[in-house]
Amino acid sequence: MRRIGIDVGGTNTDAVLIEDGKVAGAVKAPTSEDVTTGILDSLKSLAATGVLKDPDGKLKRIDGVMIGTTHFINAVVQRRHLTKVAALRLGMPASASLPPFCDWPEDLANLVRGGVWMVEGGHEYDGRPFMPLDEAAVTAAAQEMRTAGLKSVGISSIFSPLDPSHERRAAELVAAVIPDAAITCSSDLGRIGLLERENAGLLNAALADLSRETIAAFEKAIDDSGIAAPLFITQNDGTVAEAGQARRLPVYSFASGATNSMRGAAYLSGLADAMVIDVGGTTTDVGQLKLGFPREANSVVKVGGVRTLFRMPDLLSIGLGGGSHVTLDPVKVGPVSVGYRLLRDGIAFGGQQLTTTDIAVASGVLALGDRNKVAHLDKATCQKVFAEAARMAEEAIDRMKTEAGDVPLIAVGGGAFLIPEKLPGVSKVIHVEHGDCANAVGAAIAQVSGECDQIFKDMSRRDAIAAAQGIANDRAVAAGAARKTISIIESEDMPLAYLPGNSVRVRVRVVGDVAAS
Amino acid sequence: MSRRDITADDIESLAVGAWILGTGGGGNPYLPLLNMRALYREGYRVQLMDASDLADDDWVGVVANMGAPLVGQERLTDSRTLARAVALMEEHTGYRFAGLMSMEIGGANGVRSLMAAAHLKRPVIDSDTMGRAYPEAQMTSVAVGGLRPYPLTAVDVRGLESIVDKVPTWKWTERVARKICVEYGSVAATCQPPRTGAEVKQWAIHGTTTKAMAIGHAVREAQRRHDDPVAAILAVEPGKLLYKGKVIEVERRATEGFLRGVVRFDGLDDWRGSAMTINFQNEWIVAHRDGEAIAMSPDLICVLDSVSGEAVGSETIRYGQRVTVIALPPPAIFLSPRGLQHVGPRAFGYDLEFRSVFKT
Repeated sequence: MRRIGIDVGGTNTDAVLIEDGKVAGAVKAPTSEDVTTGILDSLKSLAATGVLKDPDGKLKRIDGVMIGTTHFINAVVQRRHLTKVAALRLGMPASASLPPFCDWPEDLANLVRGGVWMVEGGHEYDGRPFMPLDEAAVTAAAQEMRTAGLKSVGISSIFSPLDPSHERRAAELVAAVIPDAAITCSSDLGRIGLLERENAGLLNAALADLSRETIAAFEKAIDDSGIAAPLFITQNDGTVAEAGQARRLPVYSFASGATNSMRGAAYLSGLADAMVIDVGGTTTDVGQLKLGFPREANSVVKVGGVRTLFRMPDLLSIGLGGGSHVTLDPVKVGPVSVGYRLLRDGIAFGGQQLTTTDIAVASGVLALGDRNKVAHLDKATCQKVFAEAARMAEEAIDRMKTEAGDVPLIAVGGGAFLIPEKLPGVSKVIHVEHGDCANAVGAAIAQVSGECDQIFKDMSRRDAIAAAQGIANDRAVAAGAARKTISIIESEDMPLAYLPGNSVRVRVRVVGDVAAS
Repeated sequence: MSRRDITADDIESLAVGAWILGTGGGGNPYLPLLNMRALYREGYRVQLMDASDLADDDWVGVVANMGAPLVGQERLTDSRTLARAVALMEEHTGYRFAGLMSMEIGGANGVRSLMAAAHLKRPVIDSDTMGRAYPEAQMTSVAVGGLRPYPLTAVDVRGLESIVDKVPTWKWTERVARKICVEYGSVAATCQPPRTGAEVKQWAIHGTTTKAMAIGHAVREAQRRHDDPVAAILAVEPGKLLYKGKVIEVERRATEGFLRGVVRFDGLDDWRGSAMTINFQNEWIVAHRDGEAIAMSPDLICVLDSVSGEAVGSETIRYGQRVTVIALPPPAIFLSPRGLQHVGPRAFGYDLEFRSVFKT
């Protein structure tokens, strides 16, 4: 297996080659304004290390290029490059008083809301139709969308995670009127919770144009580099989707950067169950690896102020990093950071702002900048600052732990020097080689997943879980997994209060290796 | 006559406070809150009225949504459907309600009476029949008072309307209404058996909407000032701090249509080394600390997020959460022998003699 992993971050674009289970090469290049150039540059610098060629000078066969990007979440947070969306909800007469976009921040709603249509349709919790789908009303709505010039459509329907047939039929009817429409069905994004699922669908539809352009740019960059390999985009849950599917569901890559770091940490350390601390320039993310994957947030996650509910890693972010401001009396670290201006504003680099990196330079932990400029910082002072950083890390780790005993901790990221070798509640601290490129490594090793989350009635718990697993397996295969490599990484079942007939909601997630093309 | 305007900000506080008084159940008031925000934007307003201002022969409509919280996350309760359940009751009985009252102040139902009141232009009475949330219809102060358990109206947004005209007991009200609710799709807007002004004054639990607003206001102010929200609650309510810890295990099972189970906690801060378990039936029912039952229904057991001060529900509580457990005093009516029969520990199947954390 030979894969290239690329992480397109806000500051740097990292690229690694993983070959026969080892990191064969790793490079960093500045992220560029236009996506293609940045990726092409990083692939060129990776090629310049010589790792992409055979001893006889021929380009090696690459099985896949896996790209992780914060492009899509940044577009939502910064309110840029968003497309106007037609919201079509099936479920009248229910839920009418809370129409689509009803709980969005005003500014974002004004940018994205192209129009709202609500028609009869939807299902009950047990799969009975709530109302028959009003097909004539859907077609009439589509004609109004076309007149309004809307080409991006988000369709939601009551209880569609249980029965997506109304959403699918409505999508066909809309496509018949607007053949080039980009349509997102909320059932493709999972979970029970109409508003949150619908919100995720509307955000996804708002990213339709950006997604098409960005993924085309990724493909062009790979093409231009001369590497003949399929493109995969990494997802929030540490898996990848092939480019075609990822183009349709850009929201699934929202949190992929942090996830990739954690997956990379697992891979580089060889540990599948551990805590991970990823110390960047401004913030530190703490999460927990279970069976090699980040534990998932099973609750509402706000994206750009919008409540959503779909696969996201459970992370705690604190204001601690290599660029964090330091004050000495009393000792305080962060949350403000010099960020990407570290090499200009840090004292060791001739600037005015004392940072954690200056402390590390003064105490000889890092060999950067000019040590003479920080010679006034004595050993005791440095120790106090490190102790404060360690205290912050310890608290964050303890908050994210789910068991009482000591657990191993993997420290990655450019600011990992702030994490001491010993911490209370931690059995051992592991620093790994290539830890500063953990995110690109995580991208390179990503797998393919499938998920099922629905309510089963009148079945034994075991049969319900088996049925859910079958559905999840089929979905993983549809997403590009090799069936024989599939295994369960998460299985959760919850009996439902008030519902008759022994109802149980089962959520199963499986992963498998990317099938050889 | 004290009728007070409820402001949009009051409703924000009410949602936070009602969720805390939900004692783990009752459903998150977020969706009713969204409905109220929309109604207030459209110019609707609601007033709050003291029960003492009711005439003895006034009639009061008691509002509640029934159903599975999960269904409520898909079929979002429409304010007009709740209003219709009340209007249907008026048509059926010929009464004209002087005001509307929540069946339970705890959880989403604590805000829903306002949704119906906004459309019907009636005041909301500053009282309810639980002072919290409870899982069953006979666990109310009016059931403890032996008041008439009928009629009840149940409405589905598709135009289905049912009237439970006569039943012998509150248990029957619960059984028949539950059956209708399930057929509707496990969600129904209901108007509970109407009450006279005299009945409300004698049997309802008073000041609970104001109380929920005060608790919510204290939490929101503390959040804004980055103060301790739990201390803020205890400053406005005569509650008791029972425990701080983190969730280490959650066990859930559905039996007889209820979510039952137990949550285990590991102590933090002053409670390091001390273990707590809380048993629930939708709501938190009995708390044991180091093996000793220290709090039980009808005392209100509130599990709060230690940082935000907001309530944590039994359906969504999960591993690793940092929580603070407090107790709030129960409505006096539930402390009578008859009250304890309805909502004491034995009513939930725990062979415990009720002992309040507030009796020293």
